[in-house]
Amino acid sequence: MENYGEQTASGYFRVAQESKEPYAPEVEAQFQADAEQIIARYPQKRSALLPMLHLVQSVDGYVTGRGIALCAELLELTEAEVSGVATFYTQYKRHPNGDYTVGVCTNTLCAVMGGDKIWDTVSERLGIGHDETTEDGKITLERVECNAACDFAPVVMANWEFFDNQTPESTLQMVEDLRAGKDVRPTRGPDKVATFKETSRVLAGFLDGHADEGVGAGPASLEGLKLAKERGWTAPAMGGTSDVQPEGSGAPAGAGAGQPGEEHSSTDTPANAPGEKPGTDASDSTQQPATPGEKGN
Amino acid sequence: MTTLTPILSATWDDPRSWTLETYERAGGYAALKKALGMSKEDLVQLTKDSGLRGRGGAGFPTGMKWGFLPPPDGGPRYLVVNADESEPGTCKDIPLMMANPQVLIEGVAITSFAIGCDHAFIYLRGEVVHVYRRLLRAVEEAYAAGHLGKDIHGSGFNLDVTVHAGAGAYICGEETALLDSLEGRRGQPRLKPPFPAVAGLYARPTVVNNVESIASVPSIVSGGADWFGGMGTEKSKGYGIFSLSGHVTRPGQYEAPLGITLRELLDMAGGIRNGHELKFWTPGGSSTPLFTQEHLDVPLDFESVGAAGSMLGTRALQIFDETTCVVRAVDRWTDFYKHESCGKCTPCREGTWWLKQIMGRLEHGQGTEEDLDKLLDICDNVLGRAFCALGDGATSPITSSIKYFRDEYVAHLTQGGCPFDRDAATVFATNQKVNA
Ligand SMILES: Cc1cc2nc3c(=O)[nH]c(=O)nc-3n(C[C@H](O)[C@H](O)[C@H](O)COP(=O)(O)O)c2cc1C
Ligand code: SF4
Repeated sequence: MENYGEQTASGYFRVAQESKEPYAPEVEAQFQADAEQIIARYPQKRSALLPMLHLVQSVDGYVTGRGIALCAELLELTEAEVSGVATFYTQYKRHPNGDYTVGVCTNTLCAVMGGDKIWDTVSERLGIGHDETTEDGKITLERVECNAACDFAPVVMANWEFFDNQTPESTLQMVEDLRAGKDVRPTRGPDKVATFKETSRVLAGFLDGHADEGVGAGPASLEGLKLAKERGWTAPAMGGTSDVQPEGSGAPAGAGAGQPGEEHSSTDTPANAPGEKPGTDASDSTQQPATPGEKGN
Repeated sequence: MTTLTPILSATWDDPRSWTLETYERAGGYAALKKALGMSKEDLVQLTKDSGLRGRGGAGFPTGMKWGFLPPPDGGPRYLVVNADESEPGTCKDIPLMMANPQVLIEGVAITSFAIGCDHAFIYLRGEVVHVYRRLLRAVEEAYAAGHLGKDIHGSGFNLDVTVHAGAGAYICGEETALLDSLEGRRGQPRLKPPFPAVAGLYARPTVVNNVESIASVPSIVSGGADWFGGMGTEKSKGYGIFSLSGHVTRPGQYEAPLGITLRELLDMAGGIRNGHELKFWTPGGSSTPLFTQEHLDVPLDFESVGAAGSMLGTRALQIFDETTCVVRAVDRWTDFYKHESCGKCTPCREGTWWLKQIMGRLEHGQGTEEDLDKLLDICDNVLGRAFCALGDGATSPITSSIKYFRDEYVAHLTQGGCPFDRDAATVFATNQKVNA
């Protein structure tokens, strides 16, 4: 059976007494200045709450009682309202997090491709389970859900940077290197994995100067493009109806070599008829109720 | 034969594909300039004529969605881009935004202009920090070049774009939960109607569209409706990114006209991994009913996949060969739905919990044959009764796997455990074979 670690009641937010100690005045002043910038991004200030909770984690390493109190004060919410939000989202930590969150994808596809094996190996080596932290405070281990990199399975995330095509050995090495304080380079990401606090600051919307590092696309992302180039396949040429350059909008100037699908002229749909209602369009009627999409739009 | 049509992915192999410079060199932002010279009505009409349907799963006609906004009343209206991409198997928007964030920003600018929005939002899932960096940087670059901000290219059109990071919750991909989350609340779905077009973000008229939908807009403006509609099928027009993952020789992103088949895609991807054969697959993520070998020639468009008993969804083709235990696969997906159920409605909150209990004991050989009927009975009570489509989606893998692989469930009971060797299914098993 999978080692899920110590399972705690997940809806219950326990904040340790010491996490309520007030901030040092200069820390609080900086937080307020950052929070002002965040709030300025939105028409209504409550929208700033999620980034501000990331900001709390960038200062405290988890969502502390004092962080909740400060968010509540700045956004004119109750502490209960802020806690209610903080407990809903898995990236907000309820107890001190390690410097690095190592998340092994154990959703079906990665699990089958080797994620389960990676999880077992790393969990056993570190002697910790899900959402537990090594005694040296370096690594918090997590089982994570699908991280939108299935073509690179098995995938492991370290502080939410991609480590693609992992093996038990490569992940163990990565974890050992992180614990030893070495720089660790993601497969698609910046030159090195930042700490949990540094990463949390980026998630609060503050760029750290590393956006231009790393690749644009990993090898799997390029498989289709590579094949198309080998075989000379392109999208149909943009012509006739367009008076901009055929290369407009980043689309390639196709030679019309492809024969994609059948040709169809556009339908001359009038503006929405008065009776048209969201979700009642006939062309959508093949949708069963069970759709990851919609019951109407 | 259908061939690939790289459009959104055409520049991904450029060494600095994500920069504005690369994007403009390939003709980027010509579509915005063209659009700014058109009327809003013509842009909406063009999008309708193109036949573009939402790429986020449901396939709702995009132009029509824009057309649902009530007439301007002087107050704000919003565009919110759904970049939450969390449906298991779905992995197209994230590489798109990492490699070419500018095409999304250009699409956001054109769409905002068309619907009369001066503040757009991109809601990105929080678990992809490098993609967040790329988007923030892309917005910075676009402002500096005058593609965003005040009086864009002298048109008098103003637009601000805020890129917002979520914090880990699949349900925030559901558009109304996303809006609640963006308002700083727990991400739980809202009752519809009112639809977002009428009362969305801050109760104002709002368009919510998927990343790929919005990123397709510049190409439609440049190429025209006929160009776009020249790809795809009669009712599922245009191109889309097909994501192949799992037991295939070359998993990856394949941009092709809608209506391509898995057989064709597999052929391009080098087939099922060496020495193995296809067992089951998802056409559009874990929430879409499983397909098997018999569906290899189903055209991957909205109508054909629907007629064959599943849904096109997000074109997330997760491929599993005969080494994979379907019960184990479904058990793990069920764990996911249980974990991600937001708890708002009883059928899903309680149903997914029970489904997981039963799936778990079946996989470990501790169930009974009545459990299969119990599973179907619970699914019947969730499907169509849950508040949002997450609950419905949770039933898809279960009901479809029982339909096609009932014997395999039974084998777990008769053998008192899972009959499969987990190691054989891993990618390391393949590598060892190749190395040996
Ligand atoms: C549980 C659930 C998760 C969803 N996740 C996403 C998602 O990650 N991205 C997305 O674009 N749409 C997602 N959707 C669909 C959205 O609700 C919505 O239909 C879509 O964003 C509309 O955009 P489109 O018309 O451009 O496809 C999800 C729906 C449900 C029910
Ligand atoms: S179906 Fe599930 S996710 Fe959707 S509202 Fe109900 S409990 Fe929440």
